[in-house]
Amino acid sequence: MIKSIKRWSGLFLFPTLIAFLISFLIPLVIGIYLSFCDFRSVSDAEFVGIKNYILSFTENGEFLNSLWFTVKCAVCSVIAVNLIALLLALLLTRGIKGTNFFRTVFFMPNLIGGIVLGYIWQLIINGVLYTKGMAITSDPKYGFIGLVVLMNWQMIGYMMIIYIAGIQNISTEISEAARVDGAGPVKTLFNIIIPQVMPSITICLFLTITNSFKLFDQNLALTAGAPGKKTQMIALDIYNTFYGKIGFEGVGQAKAVIFSVIVAVIALLQLYFTRRKEVEN
Amino acid sequence: MKRMGNAMVFLLLAVMSAIFIAPVFIVLINSFKTKFSISQTPFVLPNKETFSGFINYTSGIKDTGYMTAFMWSLFITVCSVAVIVVFTSMTAWFIVRVKSKITSLIYYLFLFSMIVPFQMVMFTMSKTANVLGLDNPLGIIIIYLGFGAGLSVFMFSGFVKSVPLGIEEAATIDGCNAFNTFWRVVFPILKPTAITVAILNTMWIWNDYLLPYLVIGSDYKTIPIAVQYLKGGYGSIDMGAMMAMLVLSILPVVIFYLTCQKYIIKGVAAGAVKG
Repeated sequence: MIKSIKRWSGLFLFPTLIAFLISFLIPLVIGIYLSFCDFRSVSDAEFVGIKNYILSFTENGEFLNSLWFTVKCAVCSVIAVNLIALLLALLLTRGIKGTNFFRTVFFMPNLIGGIVLGYIWQLIINGVLYTKGMAITSDPKYGFIGLVVLMNWQMIGYMMIIYIAGIQNISTEISEAARVDGAGPVKTLFNIIIPQVMPSITICLFLTITNSFKLFDQNLALTAGAPGKKTQMIALDIYNTFYGKIGFEGVGQAKAVIFSVIVAVIALLQLYFTRRKEVEN
Repeated sequence: MKRMGNAMVFLLLAVMSAIFIAPVFIVLINSFKTKFSISQTPFVLPNKETFSGFINYTSGIKDTGYMTAFMWSLFITVCSVAVIVVFTSMTAWFIVRVKSKITSLIYYLFLFSMIVPFQMVMFTMSKTANVLGLDNPLGIIIIYLGFGAGLSVFMFSGFVKSVPLGIEEAATIDGCNAFNTFWRVVFPILKPTAITVAILNTMWIWNDYLLPYLVIGSDYKTIPIAVQYLKGGYGSIDMGAMMAMLVLSILPVVIFYLTCQKYIIKGVAAGAVKG
């Protein structure tokens, strides 16, 4: 049978593979090479060694600033999103009235695109600050709060759905046994529910961490980095290096390589540590 | 005691959902107000002086070319999702059934592409698309197939593993070739996963901004590009038109959500379990 499948590889494998090569793999390989080059387009690339990598850090402080800003935003929103999502999931699995309605409402913002989300929250935060004669771009701390609130509003519903699925997968026997043994609600939460939903925690942490590090559209629409690039996250910094400064395409590409390595390392470390917790249980 | 507790929980959830709906509601009321009252009193309902009827909508639609943008968004999303479901399901089946070093290498490359940030390839990808003549609404479908392959192949192959081999062998013995075996026997079993894959990709492609902006943005606008276009280069935004555009961007999504809600929620949960 396998032989007869192989004969169809032209249809089954190649279309996806070719599209993947064109849009991802070849650009990735060229991109890694170009990070060691000076170039404006691709054809005029000239090898310059690790100059672009050094320039990423030394040219101005923007790369490190935006990296630090990204880490701050990511840490705050990853913690808040997961705590609130887990809390909502716990409340929505008690079988109370209106569960479906609440779930529908909490998930809805997730379907709205990043650009639109950015402008929605820009309106609201500017509206609040208007009474004080300020705007979201008056102080970087407003942009920071805005981004964290926005990420919470967007991601809580999605993670909540995953946590609900995890909680509903806990077998009734285990929770019954805990109840018979006299475990209170707090004990049940920490000794039964959290260990049992560990796979959901793994996937939710993975999604929230990678999504907050890669955040771009929301950042562009909400503040576009203002004031003075102080609310610029790393993805936006790379974009601005590529398309904002002529002659810095190589530096942009080098920053992108560093960024990819950071995201990959954090994602894999997180998967490794939380997966190990799953096995222990 | 328990009833009291449930009443408290209900109250808490009601307050939370009010907070969740509020931003959309605020945008909606502001879309019917005059420009200046939007920036000065965004949290006040329109009154006789500030009510502007549908003027924001007509000027927003005209300035951004919303109707055209909507059609392009719809065309690109529907075609890309269809292409992704058709081809990645076949690829996943092929990879799982023809086990070799090459197919598992391809599989891991697909997985790897899910972690890499888009900024890593955005410049070289848009140049490649340009060179190959893919910088148009048809070509971008191929780009989306490439970027959608990671998640979709991953989800399909997780499910293909649970399809019993016996059924496929029976079909082969009955004279089905691989193509017919897949489409008549395997794909119907994969249908729930196909719906999940379609929904996850729709949510992503419909809202995608940077990829279409870089690849086709100079000639064609999708909805997110049209919204961002309102901001223009310098100068101030027409807040009225912006509010109307935000409402018009949210509306299709809400309609899609309310009609396919059951599948969307199931799809998200299923997508996570496979992870």
